[in-house]
Amino acid sequence: MVGTKVRERPDTGQDVLVAPPTEVAAARATGDDDFEALESIISARHLDFFYGKEQALFDNNLEIKKNRVTAVIGPSGCGKSTHIRTYNRIYELYRDHKATGEVIFDGRNVLAPGTDLLDLRRRMGMIFQKPSPFPMTVFDNVAYGLRQHYRLSRSELADRVEDALKRSALWDEVKHKLGEPGVALSGGQQQRLCIARCIATEPDVVLMDEPASAIDPVATSKIEELMESLKENYTIVIVTHNMQQAARVSDYTAFFYEGHIVEFGPTTQIFSNPQQKQTEDYITGRFS
Amino acid sequence: MSAPQSGERRPATPSLALAALRPRSHGRRKALDAFIKGFAYVAATVGIAVMLLIVYEVVRRGAATIDWGFFTELPPVVGEEGGGLGNALLGTLVITAVAAALALPVGFLGGVWLAEFGRNGRIATGVRMVANVNMGIPSIVVGVFIFALLVKPLQHYSGVAGSIALAFIMLPVMARTTEDMLNLVPNELRESALAMGVPRWRVTLGVIIRAARSGLITGAVLATVRVAGETAPLLFTALSSPYWLNSLFGPEGFFGGPTANLTKTVYDFSGMPYARMQELAWGGALVIIAAVLGLNVLMRLVFQRGKEW
Repeated sequence: MVGTKVRERPDTGQDVLVAPPTEVAAARATGDDDFEALESIISARHLDFFYGKEQALFDNNLEIKKNRVTAVIGPSGCGKSTHIRTYNRIYELYRDHKATGEVIFDGRNVLAPGTDLLDLRRRMGMIFQKPSPFPMTVFDNVAYGLRQHYRLSRSELADRVEDALKRSALWDEVKHKLGEPGVALSGGQQQRLCIARCIATEPDVVLMDEPASAIDPVATSKIEELMESLKENYTIVIVTHNMQQAARVSDYTAFFYEGHIVEFGPTTQIFSNPQQKQTEDYITGRFS
Repeated sequence: MSAPQSGERRPATPSLALAALRPRSHGRRKALDAFIKGFAYVAATVGIAVMLLIVYEVVRRGAATIDWGFFTELPPVVGEEGGGLGNALLGTLVITAVAAALALPVGFLGGVWLAEFGRNGRIATGVRMVANVNMGIPSIVVGVFIFALLVKPLQHYSGVAGSIALAFIMLPVMARTTEDMLNLVPNELRESALAMGVPRWRVTLGVIIRAARSGLITGAVLATVRVAGETAPLLFTALSSPYWLNSLFGPEGFFGGPTANLTKTVYDFSGMPYARMQELAWGGALVIIAAVLGLNVLMRLVFQRGKEW
């Protein structure tokens, strides 16, 4: 791995540090996490969301714990994606979408006016359902965010691109294709390319909006393995339709239903001993 | 689950008892299908046949005129043989190029604004409506408008007046084409790029326009080719000239006086009672049609791979 320190950021002049992976791995307890003691990196408080006049989220309260994987599950249209799309304010692309309440990230409400969206989004990367390589080469795809956010020499840039591709388990497949268009890769490779592009800029959080639902099972298992290794460095929030996937990859699970967070807890508890009837009905397949 | 046999009772669901399904006669639908299919074939054939007939006739009557002199010489004095449409070709190239230089950048940026920034806002809706209306204005009206605006006050026709008239026609076409092409870029791409923490203008320049670029280039070329074949806007602006375009501001210059161009020359010569003039008109028509067809086909060949970058 190429060092743990990213160069000085041009806008703030601060050094951006990345926690060494081993410490985090050691800190990760298997099952006996003390939820209250863990640091929340994101807290949604009384979060409501509106598509025009139609309300889609109702009083959502959720704690995303640092260096853990939080899965967001629930039936179609229950507000899972809508919820995480408030974290990086990407919903603002659309005129009549509106969020109220608070999303506290690093001590500040990101929904408040005056938030530096460019910095927020650098620190909170997002992977979308449909792989979306940019219309440029594989190399330039990964370098895109790096060039935007950091001052890097040509060789440093090349090192970081290689490192990001390696951590995304894509390097061996594309090392001879760096100059080819990103869209020429297969669907599963494209999605890993998007992950490489996202983690290249060293975000704190990676939001994943059904990252494996548009790709084949083999590619899906690669992405799940990848998440397993990404856990060490990043906080991951993953929206998924696939309950097995949620059970496999996550530490905590939130169950959404019709815009409400019905239940939130350790994944093992949600899947083995849900407290709410709706949760139980959903995970046992009584409705979907 | 197998389909119920006709006449057999379908098992009723507890909430809903349905009568047996009675099959409809297929004969009428098949006949209608055949009729509509036949009609579509005939319509397509007529459309293609008309185009082929025009091309055939223009090639038949114009091909013999095309030689080196056609591209390099002035038209002959009335009644003489030989000569060419060199001055008109040059004039059309210059007039069209200047029109493109005026209209394409502005139209492009306008389209970018409509698609990426104005979107469905009130101003954008107004701008879009104005562009649509402008596209529907008959081109002769644009010619008269520029005549009143430029030619009349300056007391002389000029090539640049022709360019401005053509630019006026291209502007809304380019803006709307750009908007349409950018709207074809999926929002996922915008979201992905914005989610990287990149400002909107950089996303637009570096990702969105790049993703749409084959469509944008095709749109620009086709808009240019389309106005290159316009006659009406030039009648009141560039007019026509028997001379070479030889200066900028002189009486035979681009800004100073009437400027020869292909379409007006074809129009003039085709009405003359001299065989050589009519031949030259056919030759000019052939050059215009070949250029339009050629560029269309070229654009298709270059970008036939479809969604590439």
